[in-house]
Amino acid sequence: MNSSVGIVSAQRAIFNAPFTCKSGAVLAGFELVYETYGSLNAAKSNAILICHALSGHHHVAGYYADEPKNIGWWDNMIGPGKPIDTNHFFVIGLNNLGGCHGSTGPSSINAATGKPYGAGFPVVTVEDWVATQAMLADYLGVQQFAAIIGGSLGGMQAMHWALAQPQRVRHVLAIASAPHLSAQNIAFNDVARNAILTDPDFHGGDYYQHQVVPTRGLRLARMLGHITYLSDDAMADKFGRELRHGKLNYSYDIEFQIESYLRYQGDKFAAYFDANTYLLMTKALDYFDPARDYAGDLNRAFAQAEAKFLVVSFTTDWRFAPERSRELVRALLHNKRDVSYAEIASQHGHDAFLMEDAQYLAVMRNYLDNIAQECAA
Amino acid sequence: MNANIIQARPDFAAIAQWIPHGSSVLDLGCGDGSLLRYLRETREVKGYGVEISDANIAACIANNVNVIQNDLESGLAVFENAAFDFVILSQTLQATRHTEALMKEILRVGNEGIVSFPNFGYWKNRLQVLRGNMPISRDMPYQWYDTPNVHLCTLHDFEMLCATHQVKILARHVMSGLRSVRVLPNWRGSSAVYRFKREPA
Repeated sequence: MNSSVGIVSAQRAIFNAPFTCKSGAVLAGFELVYETYGSLNAAKSNAILICHALSGHHHVAGYYADEPKNIGWWDNMIGPGKPIDTNHFFVIGLNNLGGCHGSTGPSSINAATGKPYGAGFPVVTVEDWVATQAMLADYLGVQQFAAIIGGSLGGMQAMHWALAQPQRVRHVLAIASAPHLSAQNIAFNDVARNAILTDPDFHGGDYYQHQVVPTRGLRLARMLGHITYLSDDAMADKFGRELRHGKLNYSYDIEFQIESYLRYQGDKFAAYFDANTYLLMTKALDYFDPARDYAGDLNRAFAQAEAKFLVVSFTTDWRFAPERSRELVRALLHNKRDVSYAEIASQHGHDAFLMEDAQYLAVMRNYLDNIAQECAA
Repeated sequence: MNANIIQARPDFAAIAQWIPHGSSVLDLGCGDGSLLRYLRETREVKGYGVEISDANIAACIANNVNVIQNDLESGLAVFENAAFDFVILSQTLQATRHTEALMKEILRVGNEGIVSFPNFGYWKNRLQVLRGNMPISRDMPYQWYDTPNVHLCTLHDFEMLCATHQVKILARHVMSGLRSVRVLPNWRGSSAVYRFKREPA
């Protein structure tokens, strides 16, 4: 019953018209890589868009023929018989503009100069992502999404769809997300950015020409991020004070298992992720604040939303705490919008939104089953 | 399914009779969402439920009912003042710890409250107590050592709470099983539904 969508392949959509970012910067054109699973029904009413978080991309489910171990990042949620059931839905995953997995981003070649964009790539925002996702939807013939689903930064995109394109989305599933970042959250992002910006190999963002990568900065940024994605309990459970070599060495080498784990995660990430993309993704997180245009009044911001919402949080997530999800719920209730809110008991912190949990999967499955029935009606 | 639900939960029909079409309703301790679903199907209400239990959250979502996972005992901070035409607490009052505070929250969030609960003063209950045992009945099917009920009361008790807390009772429907009870309700009724609002100051 819980099978994979199987072999998938990435596709590319090319947009040649100039795109003006929220910042005012203009891209002469751009490309988005995406994958799709399932098929669009005749009424074109069963499309679901998956918005990715900081380090995500278009490879959401299934695997590649030549890389059977490269399984999509949300494969436990998407597939035939899974909560986002590809027997019923046409699922689209993309790599956002500014990403480093194939869509146009800082590491892409700028046709005007023949060199990578580097520091010249605009700081893109959640609003820019929604605008470009809408262009991809047009390209794929999807006028209205049955649902737009995202966790964390992806949840912000899903939320913004409901505000910017209220006619084009029937359901928003915002998971482990927030209507804006707290000062503490921005602070974490700034430390991460500083790690990258102060790496001698950063070269003001144009490191590509110097044939170097600001690996140290990116590693530190990821290590810091990783700490905030786990809960204190999960870390204690997984690593405790366990020593790698069984005894204290009175040195600054790796001694505790948690150190080993974090450095491994940092190295792994720095080997494939682009530092400039990391910078702009964290900026997009910091900037997102739909209430800003309404004197800080989130209730007024959500007056435009028409979609039905499922809001999900996880009890030990302190990076996107349940209270932040409740702020979103309050704004939706104020506007008398349909909303359900589930607070999943989990010990896995922010990472829980990517993990298998019976209650989480049941909530998602039940909600999506109703959407599938709407699509079939 | 509506007929089946009324058989299983006679208080649902009693509650529904007071709710005009298209009202906004908050159902506290909404269980699997059956009442909200019934009210949506028969009264076209705009409804939300509040539940604490994981299983009930999943069941409400399956029933296509809006539900907010929240502990009633911690208050209703997520809801604004006078946000709903009706706030319903069906067969849950007796299982709440901070019952008095919750009554105040009901009247803050709703223009009217509707509460149903088992009548501890029902003659069969009194008889069991006289015989020396805590009562067990259709409306209170628990052993004393394994019951969620911590604040059981009689109709008189509830009416006294209302009288001392500036709560005006608008209507009362007393039942014995599926039948309405009019004579000697505090003796003959096994459960009751009250509709009430704040006493104008």
